[in-house]
Amino acid sequence: MDLAALKTQLKNFVQSMFEEGVLDNQFSQIQALQDSTNPNFVEEVITLFCNDAEKIINEINRNLGYQNVDFSNLDSYVHQLKGSSSSIGANRLKLACANLRQASDERNKEG
Amino acid sequence: MTMEEKMGGSNREDEALDRFPVGMRVLAVDDDPICLKVLGTLLLKCQYQVTTTNQAISALKMLRENRNRYDLVISDVNMPDMDGFKLLELVGLEMDLPVIMLSAHSDTKLVMKGITHGACDYLLKPVRIEELKNIWQHVVRRKKPDSKDRVNAQNQDKASGGIGEAVQTSTSSSDQKFNKKRKDQNEDEEDDGEDNEHENDDPSTQKKPRVVWSVELHRKFVAAVNHLGLDKAVPKKILDLMNVEGLTRENVASHLQKYRLYLKRLSSVATQQANMVAALGGKDPSYLRMGSLDGFGDFRTLTGSGRLSSASLSSYQPSGMFGRLNSSAALNLRGISSGVIQQGHPQTLSNSINGLGKIQPVGLPANQNQNGTLFQGIPTSIELNQLLQNKSANHFGELNPVNNPNVFGVATNFPDARMTVGSSTSSLSTPSGSPLLLQANTQQAQRSGAFGNQSSLDVASLNQESFDMGVHGFSNFVDNGRCHENWQNTVQLSSFPSNSLSTCEAFSHEQLHTNNLQESISWRSSHLNDNPIDLSASMANAGLEDSRGDMQCQISPSNNVIHNIDYAAKQQWGENSSFAGADSLVAGAPYVQHLEAGKLAFNTKLRSNEDILFEQRKPQNEFSQNNFETLDVISSPMIKPEQYNETGMMEGELGYDSFPLGSCI
Repeated sequence: MDLAALKTQLKNFVQSMFEEGVLDNQFSQIQALQDSTNPNFVEEVITLFCNDAEKIINEINRNLGYQNVDFSNLDSYVHQLKGSSSSIGANRLKLACANLRQASDERNKEG
Repeated sequence: MTMEEKMGGSNREDEALDRFPVGMRVLAVDDDPICLKVLGTLLLKCQYQVTTTNQAISALKMLRENRNRYDLVISDVNMPDMDGFKLLELVGLEMDLPVIMLSAHSDTKLVMKGITHGACDYLLKPVRIEELKNIWQHVVRRKKPDSKDRVNAQNQDKASGGIGEAVQTSTSSSDQKFNKKRKDQNEDEEDDGEDNEHENDDPSTQKKPRVVWSVELHRKFVAAVNHLGLDKAVPKKILDLMNVEGLTRENVASHLQKYRLYLKRLSSVATQQANMVAALGGKDPSYLRMGSLDGFGDFRTLTGSGRLSSASLSSYQPSGMFGRLNSSAALNLRGISSGVIQQGHPQTLSNSINGLGKIQPVGLPANQNQNGTLFQGIPTSIELNQLLQNKSANHFGELNPVNNPNVFGVATNFPDARMTVGSSTSSLSTPSGSPLLLQANTQQAQRSGAFGNQSSLDVASLNQESFDMGVHGFSNFVDNGRCHENWQNTVQLSSFPSNSLSTCEAFSHEQLHTNNLQESISWRSSHLNDNPIDLSASMANAGLEDSRGDMQCQISPSNNVIHNIDYAAKQQWGENSSFAGADSLVAGAPYVQHLEAGKLAFNTKLRSNEDILFEQRKPQNEFSQNNFETLDVISSPMIKPEQYNETGMMEGELGYDSFPLGSCI
């Protein structure tokens, strides 16, 4: 059945993400939160996250494009993104944020 | 339910049953919608009732509308419309609700800040459900004094059943005990419960309803306080002025404490400087009276970290809270134990500050000594970087951040301030204790967590009568965590007519370097030669926060004492044990020990005359943070403060690096 196949595919996909370290335990918690009272929780959260994150990433990009990057401003965005990503379990993204923060702490535009 | 029966049927009571932990009403504030959503869902999973908002302002509005609607607030730290800490403060002040901070930052400084602002807990994002399952204990804890025991006990059961999570059960069982205890307590309080009527709630026989400080009520409160004058504002009078039915003195007292804390925090920085200057002028030996410090007791609560342990000379108040001088005073002679040792803990500092604020009024009156100046153990709220755990966060805490440089400066000033003690009555108590704080702050610079300010100076050079030299436990800044304890040197030198100086040095040194101590002690003793000084030095070993070794050295007027002290000191230091009275601290010379990183400034003023006071001060000045200068006051009538210098320092120079003298409190 298509539905079942899709489901399995999704499961595999998620599983692979776990293994890659893209996702972490937090995501399982999110998944656990989904239940009868909250049927589409996971989906909602992810959607929300994607939207929100996209906005932030755009901002960050824009900031980086400037000649003189405003690192403190950047820092707050990155922090926000880090918070969001860690909340849903986007592990790699969170790590990337940490790196970015560090680089920005060093005022290292290249980093 | 049985509980209901017991409860006497107040609505709140009924709800209360369900409240813990199930059904607890939480308000969640976070600007990040994702986190908010996740958090909200997690909370629902824990069976709490959740309200979420992403605006701090609207959160405040909701809270103000109906304070009773929420039991707990969870707030993010970084928010665009209002600083999370500010919100935390406001909620705590106005509504007395437990607040939990939330952040992706795990920076210690922020955690410290959260604590000083009164947060119950600090969680890191991503939030895990296990942690949320535990947060209800904060609510319960807050209500502890209320007669919720019964409810709690019941809830406990319920909780354990309901929550049923592994995490919960373990905690709940312990909580159960806790609750049961409270329950017993509550039973006793039941009678009292009647008296404390919540303005909004029906009087409940069992529960002591929590007073909700509405804006209006708070306004009345503030008006009353201003009318009386902050220093003179005592709960009883405020209560009378406010003339609100159903409000008890205790309610007012606790609110007053918070309010003072808050004010101190605001003004600490500003006042610090001012105070210092002012303090310098006065010669009064400001020493806190330990006795008066009782008030500090409140602060005790503040310093969770117990840093401030005021090593009260005789009676140590183990509580980290400020080094209360009181005990030392008791010791001595004159009881001038002003060494308020403020523990360096930054954290505690903040608390202490609170305490300080409070203490001030207390301390001042307490000054029995001639000099009224109590230095009040100014809670050196050294807010050293780390927020003092203590709630009471020393108001200095504010000061702390002041920056180390200031701190040091302060420290020096501090001695001066203290020194002013020399003149009677100058209450150094520095209005905001800032001087002390400053000191503490500077100490803080040391940051060693333990900032022992010991402002106990004291000693008012009583004219001959007795110097109560409160040796202030100068804030020994304990290096990182070294002596947290406030070392209070309440060296009270009281010079007996016979010129005996009794210096009470309360050193609480946590880490006393044995060497240092000994040296200092010996140093001191040597100075004693001059006069038979009774030094009662209570050395509080900072090392033990809890156990403050109060070393009360009764210094026998003989030089021997000195030796003894040395001995004692050694012992003490060695073991970080408080010297028992046996050891007479010859505090002939008030030496200010600077503990460097944990410098303990001992100022034992042995001075038999006022000079000493100054002397001490000097030493203080001298001891620039890094040097331990033991003020050898005794040696020369005016113990030259110079003594402090390292060279002078006790024989070996007190160099306590970690001379916990005072630091450990």
